[in-house]
Amino acid sequence: MTNAQRSHILHFATIAVLACLFFVLPAYHVGNLSRIMVLAVYAMGFNLLFGYTGLLSLGHALFFATGMYGLGMAMNNFGMAAEPAILIGIICAIVMSAVAGFLALRTTGVAFMIVTLMFAQAGYLTVLYFGAYTRGDEGFVIPQPDRMIAGIDITGETSRYFAALILFAIVFLAIAHLVRSPFGRTLIAIRENEERTKMLGYDTGRHKLLAVIISGTISGIAGAAYALLFGYAGATFATVQYSIFPLLWVLLGGAGTTLGPLIGVAFMFYLIDLSSSITQAYMLIAGVVLVLLTLFAPQGLAGELRRRLFTWLP
Amino acid sequence: MASIILSTKGLTKSYGGLNANEDVDFELQRGKITALIGPNGAGKSTFVGMISGRIAATRGQVIFDGRDISALPAHERIKLGIAYTFQITSVYAGLTLHENVAIAARRRLGKSGKAVHAKVVSVLQQVGLSDRADQIAGDLSYGHQRVLEIAMGLAQDPVLFILDEPTQGLAETEVDDFVALIKALAGDTTVLLIEHNMDVVMRTADHIHVLDNGRSLASGTPEEIQANKAVQAAYLGTDVDA
Amino acid sequence: MLASLEGAVTAAILALTAMGLSIVFGVMRVVNVAHGEFYMVGAVLAWVVASMVGANPVVGFVAALVIAPLVVGLIAMTADKLILQRLAYDPDRTIVATIGLLYIIQQTTLMTFGPDARPVQPPFNTRLSLPWFEWGENGFEMFWPWGLSITSYKLFVIIAACAILTALWLLMTRSKAGLIMRATQQDSETAQAFGIPVGQVYSYVFGLGAGLAAVGAVLVVPIQQAHYLMGHDPLLLSFIVVIIGGLGSLPGTVIAAFLIGMSDGIISVFFSPTLAKIIATLAVALVLVFRPQGLLGRVER
Repeated sequence: MTNAQRSHILHFATIAVLACLFFVLPAYHVGNLSRIMVLAVYAMGFNLLFGYTGLLSLGHALFFATGMYGLGMAMNNFGMAAEPAILIGIICAIVMSAVAGFLALRTTGVAFMIVTLMFAQAGYLTVLYFGAYTRGDEGFVIPQPDRMIAGIDITGETSRYFAALILFAIVFLAIAHLVRSPFGRTLIAIRENEERTKMLGYDTGRHKLLAVIISGTISGIAGAAYALLFGYAGATFATVQYSIFPLLWVLLGGAGTTLGPLIGVAFMFYLIDLSSSITQAYMLIAGVVLVLLTLFAPQGLAGELRRRLFTWLP
Repeated sequence: MASIILSTKGLTKSYGGLNANEDVDFELQRGKITALIGPNGAGKSTFVGMISGRIAATRGQVIFDGRDISALPAHERIKLGIAYTFQITSVYAGLTLHENVAIAARRRLGKSGKAVHAKVVSVLQQVGLSDRADQIAGDLSYGHQRVLEIAMGLAQDPVLFILDEPTQGLAETEVDDFVALIKALAGDTTVLLIEHNMDVVMRTADHIHVLDNGRSLASGTPEEIQANKAVQAAYLGTDVDA
Repeated sequence: MLASLEGAVTAAILALTAMGLSIVFGVMRVVNVAHGEFYMVGAVLAWVVASMVGANPVVGFVAALVIAPLVVGLIAMTADKLILQRLAYDPDRTIVATIGLLYIIQQTTLMTFGPDARPVQPPFNTRLSLPWFEWGENGFEMFWPWGLSITSYKLFVIIAACAILTALWLLMTRSKAGLIMRATQQDSETAQAFGIPVGQVYSYVFGLGAGLAAVGAVLVVPIQQAHYLMGHDPLLLSFIVVIIGGLGSLPGTVIAAFLIGMSDGIISVFFSPTLAKIIATLAVALVLVFRPQGLLGRVER
């Protein structure tokens, strides 16, 4: 069996397992999984830029929030239905990633991290500043009756789960395909040795910009989906914390692997779920995990598996 | 086809007050192997860096295949058919040899995975690294990494192949393999070689160009250069029997 | 006028805090995202010490001023030895580690100190009316406009900050310790070859950077209050100062702190503070994009 075949089976099996889990798990966990899958889409978007292209952005919450508010405000402030609002959210995310990417990519390394952090911070402050329209930190609720796609009410447990699953599956398979394509391979080459890649005739600037745009757009789609499926948009999702989360998830699960993001989100979700019942300071766990990971297992769970056992893992 | 494939006019690179290269006029004959020699610090790598586009020239022109490429960024020049190997080996240390060469080949052959694979296999065979295709490049010895870099150049089917001190760090037998490889390339491919190993230069070069202190010193056939008194004074000294 | 005096206080504290960040980056090339938390712990420890000392606010304050920065410095040095040195200061992993450190310090404080803001008594706090000058009929005249005043404590903060920065400058440029730090910054391998214990130097520098932030926090806590989230704003502001002033440049940091401290005060009077922050944040980003060396920093070769 070739590596490509193994990968295909693994990916489809993952989706199949997720589908089956709906029928097996109790309602509380089904709700969690819906959330986990949407956040995993966010993580996958981040992973494309960080894990595969090697660019660490500390401002991805900007893109997530752009999608969230794009859809949220279209529905809340302009009274649009879900379908056009989704489109608005996506378009906003594309534009935001293009602009932010164009500017930020003029820097590298630490400067890039700081610039992305600053852009996201400015975004968060802007949401607060226009609180009259965005309701700032408090956020706003998107009422249940409005949340319908093509006539299907997606607020029910079942439809919400499968909407999330369909979104996850599409993005999951798309990324799996992308990273095996020539474009994806070039991104990996840029991560490994950008100068060399330039001297092999690749326009690395263009590739990096495309990577930012795709990554930002996927993150924005996750934000829009989150607002639509869970009916809420708030400034918390634009804070630094929500830029750190995808980094944490991807590092934990395994940067540069296709399964890493999902694993990371799931793991962290339940870790925080468990610890917040014990203490108010549940982010302490996040801090400790980050430090331990970066000291002892920078490859993350799936990454270590790939390094030690399954070298074919995509 | 014109017999001159590449030429430079007045190519200069200054860093503040220091001129790494000054007004270098240079012509490269198509299909031949040309060696660029000169003492350490003569500006050879800088010169070649300016031809490939890695280093921005302060002034001067680079003309490739009748076309002024002075304003083009490096990756555009590579796309025109120039391949370049680094003086300090720069491969993808974290990836397999196969993937290293594949990345090099993919730019031209990317549409077809099969074509890329076929190219990788053939090139690895050409340089004698076939049995190591699945090894991680970083695990290889320095000499093998250098050969890998040459393989990556070959995978691009270049019109002009620029090599910066390719034999540095290679063992005797590897040097012999290299000489054979280069001579087999000549004719279809133009080769520009920066070399310190005079033995290799004398065995392979059709033409030699000498740089000293950032300027052109002499240019001619190996015999002419060996006999040239100025070159001897500057560089050859007692290294080679006249 | 009032705005600029308040701005001067902000600028003074900011200069101290940002200096800590700048030194750490200048010598070690480390971007310490947890820097704001060292600041916060300084303030929290000041409250702890003041509470323990009890009655006399002056003694409590002096004790805090000595103890808090030392303890914070020690915490920082430990973090450096245990974590950062193990990573050999790899840029990506270091930043991630300091992010983790941020949450560890912040949340531990939350667990022990609690979520409330707690005040600390300033050691002295008399109101001083300030004169204003005018060119009147009889020449230069001074008068005391109502409402124009500053507390003696705030004046003290400004003076103390200037004194500490001057001492720091003397340390960096005139003393042997400063020489060692600058040598390690220039070329750590050569410094090591000359017998300079680079690892030790880095630990001390990291501790110094954290200590400076703590001093700034101890000075400010009688004016504001100690709260577990108070590190967030100073972190962002310090970043802004260090980047605009030029990473690793001492005079640049001071000038930028002055500019930003003063303008933050003035802009906040005329515009909303949120808008001021938005402008400042974007300014930093754009400076990095278009003029990465800041105002006075050197261009990285």
